Amino acid sequence: MDTRRLRRADDDRALRTAIAEITEVAKGFGLDFFPMRFHIVPADVMYAIGAFGMPTRFAHWRFGKAYYKMKMQYDLGLSKIYELVINSDPCEAFLYEGNSLLQNKLIIAHVLAHSDFFKNNVYFAKTNRKMVDSMAASAERIRRYEIAYGEKRVEAFLDAVLAIQEHIDPYGTAREDGFWWERHLDGGSRAGGSTADRLKARFRAGGRVGDPGEHEAPRGRGETHKDARRPGDYADLWALVHDPPTRFPPEPEKDVLLFILRYSSVLQPWQRDVMTVVHDEMRYFWPQMETKIMNEGWATYWHQRIMRALDLSPEEAWEYAKMHAEVVQPSRATVNPYLLGWKLFEAIEALYDDPPEALYRRGVRSGSGREKIFEVRELGSDVSFLRNYLTKEVVEALDLFVYQKQGDDWRVATTDWEAVREALIRQRTNGGFPTIVVEDGDFERSGALLLRHVYDGLELDARYIEKTLPYVYALWGRPVHLLTVTCGKAVRFSYDGKAHTREPV
Amino acid sequence: MPDEVYVFREDWSLHPKGQEEKRRHQAKVKEAIQKRLVDLVHDESFILSDGKTIVKIPVQTLDEIHFRFDEGKNEHVGQGSGGTRSGDVVARGGADGGGGKGEAGDAPGVDYIEAEVSLEDVEAALFAEFVLPNLKPKGTPEDVSAVLRFNDLRKKGIWANLDKRRTMLNVLRRTQKGKAFEGGAALGSADDGGGFGGLQDGARPAASGRTPLQIHADDLRFRTWDDDVEPETRAVVLAMMDTSGSMGAYEKYMARVFYFWMTRFLKTRYARVERVYIAHHTEARVVDEATFFQKGESGGTICSSAYDLALKLIDERYPPERYNIYPFHFTDGDNLLQDHSRALERMRALVDRSNLVGYAEINHVSRRSTLYETLAQIESPAFRMVRLQDKTDLYSALKRFFSEHRRSGA
Repeated sequence: MDTRRLRRADDDRALRTAIAEITEVAKGFGLDFFPMRFHIVPADVMYAIGAFGMPTRFAHWRFGKAYYKMKMQYDLGLSKIYELVINSDPCEAFLYEGNSLLQNKLIIAHVLAHSDFFKNNVYFAKTNRKMVDSMAASAERIRRYEIAYGEKRVEAFLDAVLAIQEHIDPYGTAREDGFWWERHLDGGSRAGGSTADRLKARFRAGGRVGDPGEHEAPRGRGETHKDARRPGDYADLWALVHDPPTRFPPEPEKDVLLFILRYSSVLQPWQRDVMTVVHDEMRYFWPQMETKIMNEGWATYWHQRIMRALDLSPEEAWEYAKMHAEVVQPSRATVNPYLLGWKLFEAIEALYDDPPEALYRRGVRSGSGREKIFEVRELGSDVSFLRNYLTKEVVEALDLFVYQKQGDDWRVATTDWEAVREALIRQRTNGGFPTIVVEDGDFERSGALLLRHVYDGLELDARYIEKTLPYVYALWGRPVHLLTVTCGKAVRFSYDGKAHTREPV
Repeated sequence: MPDEVYVFREDWSLHPKGQEEKRRHQAKVKEAIQKRLVDLVHDESFILSDGKTIVKIPVQTLDEIHFRFDEGKNEHVGQGSGGTRSGDVVARGGADGGGGKGEAGDAPGVDYIEAEVSLEDVEAALFAEFVLPNLKPKGTPEDVSAVLRFNDLRKKGIWANLDKRRTMLNVLRRTQKGKAFEGGAALGSADDGGGFGGLQDGARPAASGRTPLQIHADDLRFRTWDDDVEPETRAVVLAMMDTSGSMGAYEKYMARVFYFWMTRFLKTRYARVERVYIAHHTEARVVDEATFFQKGESGGTICSSAYDLALKLIDERYPPERYNIYPFHFTDGDNLLQDHSRALERMRALVDRSNLVGYAEINHVSRRSTLYETLAQIESPAFRMVRLQDKTDLYSALKRFFSEHRRSGA
């Protein structure tokens, strides 16, 4: 017992020394991170945090499934998590207790770069840096709802909310300030959740958004404007006679979750609260989903630079090389974000260190590579990162290709670099999720909800549409519809609480 | 100017998050089993292997439902090892989505879990719904048997009781722990027993390659026992089946499934369950299990012959004072008309002596036979009748037999 404790104390002392040293080196390179707090944890805690995305999140079987999967892979020796880092200030990082000192050195370097990314990338600017505490508080509230309303009922409700959790406006401020168009309904007063029904009643009563004469519609629909611009002295009256169909909301609304939260007529106060919890957590996680390649690439780039700057013994250098190779190991069916991001940052740096003629003429100084990648990490997301910097050379060097299902097999469709770039961008657009908007919150004047999939060439899985719509129905309480494109044709999927229908539009 | 370095090593043993979530997840799996019981009950892999197999069922409720892209129709990006050309095969896929996409761990389409279901899981779910009706106290207090129960493990014990499997597991666990985390002997040894210190200083496994497995005193596990006394309870199942020409393989399979679950259920309630197989056409005789379920015969049917034999067996070998008796009869209901009254009388006698008598009629027509109508005159909570048309009826049939209240036949 005692020897073990002593050894542990020795380990911790060595780890502290390493952290201090690596922190110095990283700062020397110009990395700018939050104060760090390192936790050394056993495997199952590591996997629990990994499954939840946070040590303090509310409970749901979904996370249990993720935990189960990860733990099983770990138990079978298929994969393991070395490190977890949380976007918070101070930044919490978790190290697996079985890591060797050398492994921990690499991980610390990697984690410092993540922390730098969290702190400086513009997409993270508005994320809640005290999310660990916020999530603990909301988990506690949800736990209380479980006691009050039953675990089953809360779980079933969470199932429904999580089914549409990706359909939010991640950078909007509607949660705090209300939807922009709500201000035009109520003389600019702030609309809270409690006023939702009143607002809706006002809609029903005929108060219209974009009615000429009453308000200036800031971004009203085309038709409305046409009527408003009808020449003649009685234009305002004409507008009333030729009443254009009013829309609710006036423009397609991307934040489906928030729209339902504010305008559904079947939700209890506790259910609205659960939805705000999910909405907040999704907003918090969203930037991480949109910057996966960049973030991992940035961390990989820097752990390599930092490790090279350390004084490693030959054994350590060998162990480091092995571990680094594991991290950037390519896989055939997916793109390893660590590898792709890292190679892209290196390519950018090389390009700006020795700019070709065209760039040079635009004022790029040679040797400005390092400066440039710091700028990219500040302003970019995966989509812009790929669009601006994925070059023919990188695609060819990594041997990336586009593949597709042809018959029963998955075959390489093309190796053309632009096609690869477009396919990657499409995959990363909107965090990799389909874009769905609220088209009409009072469809056919019946209180039904019409959603529209913003089709950009990728079709939805019809089976999953029919599985998801009942959840939307449960939240909305009235029939729900989804417009999308299948097999090249516009189709409307509907669910009315009893049966599914599917009809061409 | 070095900053303060924060390293925390807290006691996480009280952190229940992962385990709590696992519990929620497993509750979901259980629910899925419950929902599929109707099909699981007649799953051949259980019945034919005598319950040693594990069956995989897709647990769809575990699906994370959301709007998602149709991965089968869309383009994906992969990475080759150089020189990839269009037309190269990335993966040979099955018909189902991305199911067969090789190494792709988080590749598109792989989003359902197959829960492994063992016989015990199904039993747990199934038998939770069953009750044994009409239990009568049987036997005398002397009917007790002394049992040795091996129910504990210790580190010291008699060599003859060495649990080899657990011991080897400990050896493997200890030796693999060091390797798996790559820390080698230096760091990974924090959990080793003190006696293993020697290995670290001397042979470094990482450098010298393989070291042979060594069994350490700490790895040994011995089984120990408790003396236990339990009152002996006995039951006998008198399985009767019509083997006349009209009972085909399908009907026999149904009977087999039924008896399989019934016997297993009775075994959970009684220390000893005996089975007697009575095959009959116009005459009845006691046969072995294989013959009972496989051999077909031809000719007419006289059911009372089977009941006669069952009564004789009860009188001679299974006195109702000492045995819980469960006669069950499977037939297609095609009995000789003149035999009906005698069958009714015999069946009444059987009901008097037994805990529970079952009459199951298997045929594809949707009406009751005349034998069914005749036997339906018996009004006793210990007599239950059921009609089966399809193997999906088995579950409800089992439930009807093993429930507290008698419901009228279908």
